[in-house]
Amino acid sequence: MWQGFPIRPDQASTIARGVDHLYYFLTAVDLFFTAFIFLAVFYFAVRYRRRSEQDQATQVEGSLPLEVLWTIIPLGICAFTFLWGSSLFIRNSRPPEAASEIFVVGKQWMWKLQHPEGPMEINELHVPVGRPIKLTTTSEDVIHNFYVPAFRVQKDVVPGMYTSIWFQATETGRFHFFCNQYCGTNHAVMGGYVIVMSPDEYEQWLSGGVRAESMVSAGAQLYEQLACITCHGTGKGPPFTNLFGSKVKLTDGTTVTADETYIRECILYPSVRIPAGYQPIMPTYKGQVTEEQILQLLAYIKSLSSGGANQPGKPNSYPPSLEGGAHGGGNRNVGGQQSPATVPAPRGTGAGEQGKP
Amino acid sequence: MHSSTAALAEQFDDLEQQHEASSFGMWIFLATEVMFFGGLFTAYILFRNFYLPAFEAGSRILDVKIGAANTAILLCSSLTMALAVRAAQLGKKAALISFLLLTLLLGLTFVGIKLGLEWRHDYLEGFAPGVNWTFTGPDSRHLELFFCFYFFLTGVHALHMVIGAGILTVLIIMAARGRFSPQRYNAVEVSGLYWHFVDIVWIFLYPLLYLIGGRY
Amino acid sequence: MATAVVEPEIGSRVHYLNASYGIKSWLLTTDHKRIAVLYLASITFFFFVGGSAAVLMRLNLISPQGALLEPETYNKLFSMHGIIMVFLFMIPSIPAVLGNFLVPLMIGARDLAFPRLNLLSWYVFVVGGCFTLYAVIAGGVDTGWTFYTPLSTTYANTNVISAALGVFIAGFSSILTGLNFIVTIHKMRAPGLTWFRLPLFIWAIYSTSVIQILGTPVLAITIVLVALERLIHVGVFDPAVGGDPILFQHLFWFYSHPAVYIMILPSMGVMSELVTAFSKKRIFGYSFIAFSSVAIAAISFLVWGHHMFVAGQSVYAGIVFSALSFAVAIPSAIKVFNWTATLYKGSVSYQAPMLYAIGFIGLFTMGGLTGLFLATLAVDAHVHGTYFVVGHFHYIMVGGAVMGYLGGIHYWWPKITGRLYPDGWARLSAAIIFIGFNLTFFPQYMLGYLGMPRRYAVYAPEFQVLNVMSSAGASILGVGYLIPLVYMVWSMRYGPVAGPNPWGAKGLEWQTPSPPPTENFEETPIVTEGAYAYGEEAKVA
Repeated sequence: MWQGFPIRPDQASTIARGVDHLYYFLTAVDLFFTAFIFLAVFYFAVRYRRRSEQDQATQVEGSLPLEVLWTIIPLGICAFTFLWGSSLFIRNSRPPEAASEIFVVGKQWMWKLQHPEGPMEINELHVPVGRPIKLTTTSEDVIHNFYVPAFRVQKDVVPGMYTSIWFQATETGRFHFFCNQYCGTNHAVMGGYVIVMSPDEYEQWLSGGVRAESMVSAGAQLYEQLACITCHGTGKGPPFTNLFGSKVKLTDGTTVTADETYIRECILYPSVRIPAGYQPIMPTYKGQVTEEQILQLLAYIKSLSSGGANQPGKPNSYPPSLEGGAHGGGNRNVGGQQSPATVPAPRGTGAGEQGKP
Repeated sequence: MHSSTAALAEQFDDLEQQHEASSFGMWIFLATEVMFFGGLFTAYILFRNFYLPAFEAGSRILDVKIGAANTAILLCSSLTMALAVRAAQLGKKAALISFLLLTLLLGLTFVGIKLGLEWRHDYLEGFAPGVNWTFTGPDSRHLELFFCFYFFLTGVHALHMVIGAGILTVLIIMAARGRFSPQRYNAVEVSGLYWHFVDIVWIFLYPLLYLIGGRY
Repeated sequence: MATAVVEPEIGSRVHYLNASYGIKSWLLTTDHKRIAVLYLASITFFFFVGGSAAVLMRLNLISPQGALLEPETYNKLFSMHGIIMVFLFMIPSIPAVLGNFLVPLMIGARDLAFPRLNLLSWYVFVVGGCFTLYAVIAGGVDTGWTFYTPLSTTYANTNVISAALGVFIAGFSSILTGLNFIVTIHKMRAPGLTWFRLPLFIWAIYSTSVIQILGTPVLAITIVLVALERLIHVGVFDPAVGGDPILFQHLFWFYSHPAVYIMILPSMGVMSELVTAFSKKRIFGYSFIAFSSVAIAAISFLVWGHHMFVAGQSVYAGIVFSALSFAVAIPSAIKVFNWTATLYKGSVSYQAPMLYAIGFIGLFTMGGLTGLFLATLAVDAHVHGTYFVVGHFHYIMVGGAVMGYLGGIHYWWPKITGRLYPDGWARLSAAIIFIGFNLTFFPQYMLGYLGMPRRYAVYAPEFQVLNVMSSAGASILGVGYLIPLVYMVWSMRYGPVAGPNPWGAKGLEWQTPSPPPTENFEETPIVTEGAYAYGEEAKVA
């Protein structure tokens, strides 16, 4: 705002202004009441200062109307602020349907950002302006946090699960991103820039440079190299067509949604949640695939679903899906749309979800 | 806790106040213990929910019969403790000492069985996380987590029992020296509260650890 | 102000300080007043250790590249600053020093319910402190005071276990002190002292004690689980071995949020004592303040999730915790209004304790309201983890709690030592502290909204101006804290002798000589009037 003495970062995303308005309101409330109290205290302290040893106070012990007043007014302000903040937050949490997804892996002490079309960036993120972008993130080691002040978004990046944020940039330029969850020695230098470009420039950037393989095609290659095809292409393991986002019935009778977390768990800990009708014969790939490779496999598997790769409006899974976690009932997705097909199991599909807490 | 059996402590106005403060203090302490064990129970239940097959397998590895025997021993010890308090109330010194001794014996038997029999067996079989873990089957990590909780929970419980045994020993010595009377037995009563609480913790531990192994 | 009456020399009367001499009489004392003095010495020591860490940190932050320290050292310093200040200074401060000294005096008792347990509390505290100091000397710990997993369980290669052990042990001190206070307040009030005649300081200590006994055990087991995982690599919190890192956060914050109310409630209790004494007025809205203390303690257990709005928990959980976090703000607001109204038509004087009180009321209002920013989901999504949070909690803990602590120390200093400190110097220090404090921490709100993350040893250059301002303020604040050390120690030997009631205040503690005799009162007082009965002749028998 003011040259040389900013009070807020650039407003570079669609939600930034809304957040700032709420912030200004809160600032006004804070400054008003602080001033009010300080002034009241000073006024009373001066007006009623002790002028002599014999000075008497006038005892006033309470006033129910006043107590009610200064309970109701703060309550009202709190309720108003809470409602404003929550509704804004809910709106800001849901990525638009058409958001394109970029995959982010954080590790001590760098960021790897993978575009589905292929390019992989280190500590830098190129995005087109005016288009919604969803970042799906995970960590290889400790908890990090991906924070872009100019976009007013951040989210912890947690090992063992996927979290996500979304934003739509409204200006071109370079905007800092930081790691915002203390992660060890070089936490303070684990950041970089989001570079927002016009759509044309972005297309150019994407296709220019080293000929990079798209995530889907890299994933397809891994599917063969890691011999997944020997079971999943022959009926010994469930096929991948229309798998992503569908409801999978497990051997213990419960149902789970085949999202990123479940599929990652199957790759790393195959014996924990096995689809009904299949034998526990899948070997683990733990130690043989990196987090980036898992994301490539996921991209490939998503591409085999007719519903498309994007599952709109799906926030982070909670309760957190752990590696090997036997969560019955799957994720409670807010507003998520699932593909209607279920994984074909020899005994036919089960109807309905059995929720387990 | 010792003060009420001596003369009236300086900070109190009369024996009744001392008695009340002592009992109330023990109840507050037990409240902190509820939070302590409660926190552990919560973590255990959560993980059991996440990793049900492994935790059920772990439950099945534990010996229900030994656990049942230990439960019976502890319940008896609570009975003898209650009888000890009653004996103190009535001024029956011999009965008081006998019941305290019995409680102590039963408590030590419990700890002996738990440590000497069960823990030793689990250790020798390779189910001791961090010291001797040899299980290599599927879900080994989660089974190890189960046993981690098992040893932690029963270990902390056993620690409380050992402390209780120490308290009982002190009480026995004091009783033998004639320190208790129908007007002054608060220490016995308050120790009884503690002992019953430790017993109740076990009543929760036994089913949570041993019984819900999907065997019924 | 000293009274005009000539006071007998302190040495000519027997009181708790001269009733016996020698180091054994202090280290084996069961007198709550001596134990309070022991605590005063230890926590003052820890305050300056933790404060030195802060000085080094702020010096480092003068330059964006880090002016002084390697990142690893900086990380260890902010971790130790947090651990020492939270667990070895803030949590014990008012309860262990002022609470221990005053609770029996204020309720007309001769001592706490369990004097030997009280002494044990102090020893446990010292042992916990020693483990923590060992962690510092052995090279420090760099996980932050929050010990987030799996960093603390698996990846950190610093002295996590000894630091965690120090915290674990010190926690028991907190539990035992809380237990002692609860039983004492319930069972040992003087005849006629009903609950609603109690000074509000006692209500505050009572509410704090309830939090202490219920919350601290959960921290204890969490720490043990972290230590276990670190030792035997079993997967409680590390997802690589099947654990849940978010479970740690729930368990940790379940204690650590109520813990911040342990830190502020006693200070609020001091406020009620100060505003009444220095305006010679009854408190405005006694039962509202009393019930607010209890309400804060209760609701404090329900809001821990507001530390985890961006941790990966569901939006719904966030909404519930946000609503409850707003709820917990209301009782605090009620208190602030009541204290302010107490000054109305009073007879106000401006000695140092009152200056601290006025500072508290204003700064706590500002800091508490910044809590609303953090409770607001959409704003927290931007400022979580930034210097905004750092500004918020320092306004509450330093601008609030420490000001209350200093105000209380100054107010009851004549009672504790029998001497008056030089009020001119005290007022000067209060002013320096107030100015230094605001200069240090107000820029941090701005840094936070601009996007500077916390726990950064180096930072982006655009944040430098505000960082330099903050560091300049910190140097002033440091000076402000050092001055009382000098004149308070000086006063113990050379300060004018204080009478039983140099402030002319109401309260049972002022009805006994300064310093009090070991048994506190010649005869147990009988109470016939409510607290802060200004405007009437004291009717205490």
